[in-house]
Amino acid sequence: MREFGYERAFDVSGAVALIGSDPDARFLGGGTNLVDLMKTGVERPALLVDVRELPLDRIELERDGGLRIGATVTNSDLAAHPDVRRHYPALAQAVLAGASGQLRNMATVGGNLLQRTRCGYFTDISRPCNRRSPGSGCPAVGGEHHNHAILGASEHCIATHPSDMAVALAAFDAVISYETADGPGELPIDGFYPPVGDTPHIETTLPPGALITGVTLPPAPVAARSRYRKVRERASFAFAIGSIAGALDVEDGVVREVRLALGAVASMPWRARAAERLLVGGPASAEAFAAAADAELAAAEALPDNGYKVTLMRNLIVAVLTELTEEVSR
Amino acid sequence: MTPSTSSAITLNINGEKYTLPVDHRTTLLDALREHLDLTGSKKGCDLGQCGACTVLLDGRRAVSCLQLAVAAEGRAITTIEGVADGERLHPVQQAFLDLDGYQCGYCTPGQICSAIAVIEEHAAGWPSAATDDVRPEAGVPALSAEEIRERMSGNLCRCGAYVSIVQAVAQAAEVQGKEAVA
Ligand SMILES: Cc1cc2nc3c(=O)[nH]c(=O)nc-3n(C[C@H](O)[C@H](O)[C@H](O)COP(=O)(O)OP(=O)(O)OC[C@H]3O[C@@H](n4cnc5c(N)ncnc54)[C@H](O)[C@@H]3O)c2cc1C
Ligand code: SF4
Ligand code: FES
Ligand code: FES
Repeated sequence: MREFGYERAFDVSGAVALIGSDPDARFLGGGTNLVDLMKTGVERPALLVDVRELPLDRIELERDGGLRIGATVTNSDLAAHPDVRRHYPALAQAVLAGASGQLRNMATVGGNLLQRTRCGYFTDISRPCNRRSPGSGCPAVGGEHHNHAILGASEHCIATHPSDMAVALAAFDAVISYETADGPGELPIDGFYPPVGDTPHIETTLPPGALITGVTLPPAPVAARSRYRKVRERASFAFAIGSIAGALDVEDGVVREVRLALGAVASMPWRARAAERLLVGGPASAEAFAAAADAELAAAEALPDNGYKVTLMRNLIVAVLTELTEEVSR
Repeated sequence: MTPSTSSAITLNINGEKYTLPVDHRTTLLDALREHLDLTGSKKGCDLGQCGACTVLLDGRRAVSCLQLAVAAEGRAITTIEGVADGERLHPVQQAFLDLDGYQCGYCTPGQICSAIAVIEEHAAGWPSAATDDVRPEAGVPALSAEEIRERMSGNLCRCGAYVSIVQAVAQAAEVQGKEAVA
């Protein structure tokens, strides 16, 4: 591991000033992803600026019913918070589905959003990888890709974003706030993770040196009836091979509002807008759910070893919508 | 200016203060084992994947292999060496002994530190991924075997002593519940 300096920041402007425009400086949250990647040499920072003492560790219910979540709130505190569990249950479930109790105590909201892909070539510095080392190639396309993307990928990179939390945030139209030396800014989660194209190394649209200060969830009554389902290769403590955050409002058998976001299928949490459009105003029936799933997955492009995800996601969409419909009628 | 790559730090471990120089690259696990001779915390994977290195930071369980020592300054660190009350074992330690919650014992310090926190998290009303309804109105379900397995999933045991580990955690939770009432 490369040697590095360590500074603790106590206020937002101090944190931003310490990072400055140094491309070799990194913010340190819980360190559960960054320290891991420093051990393997993927990350080689010269300076770490610890953000854990910043006054960004609160969750507040806003006057309009939305929720403001500070960037250094731990994943555990997020999932345990009564307002999250009451108003956005799928968010609590998504966070609880990720990692382990130990890691959730350490991990922060900001770090979770910026965690890097689990593609095995990305984490092995002896292998080429366009995302880690632009232009070097993508061995996953012709190699090990059973847990790689089926939506929105390109020949340059087929990696997935591994976060469970971000899938629920995408379903609920989260807005990410940040601070740079030029002042504060905001980015909707839709657009926060740019399309892969031929620049997989550009992973977010945050300006350089930006400190994430928090995440705001707009009020969404539909979110009170929401669920997160995650499929993985063992019962617990594993990354998703497919996941879904869903919310549904049905009246007299007709879909009034629906939110669907899919995980482990793309380089970003995938908001299933095609499916949502098809569902709204139509019947809450098994046929309609299947048709919506098919519409969303029509654009899927599978490689030899990840085609199972198309079927898996279709089944997950139908299952979660069916469960939510049953919940409504209870 | 190149920043300094090492610091003299003071760690608060099991109620005692230890001052030591550390290269910033040192993890808390390595500081405990290699610098302070506190070898109860074990190194299994060094990647956050096995839980053998679990300690409590300000009362919450964490993997010390992904925690930089320099970033742990100012926090109350509890290791397996500090969970007993003098000669009196912690109820979780006692339950692991009573029920054979181990075979080789390598994962055991991490299992015990994790279990101590699991019981507290559950008592504090935290739901888990095994909890059907996470809404606060629904309350938290009892610490069933299914809940224990999910909550303890960050601790692997190569010997596969899981059956008795789950029993030990359940017994310790029961004993502590009774003590709390008494
Ligand atoms: C064994 C293991 C299993 C896991 N399983 C899962 C899983 O099943 N599901 C899942 O979703 N995740 C999983 N994770 C990933 C885990 O959720 C992330 O590592 C964690 O959320 C990252 O948060 P952190 O605070 O530790 O980030 P750090 O490691 O501290 O930082 C990550 C990145 O974010 C940057 N950063 C941190 N905070 C800020 C900020 N405020 N502003 C700007 N930049 C910032 C850092 O510079 C770094 O680049 C797992 C991790 C491990 C080690
Ligand atoms: S899929 Fe992306 S991250 Fe994985 S090797 Fe290819 S370029 Fe790298
Ligand atoms: S040694 Fe820390 S989790 Fe395995
Ligand atoms: S008792 Fe041997 S690894 Fe758990």
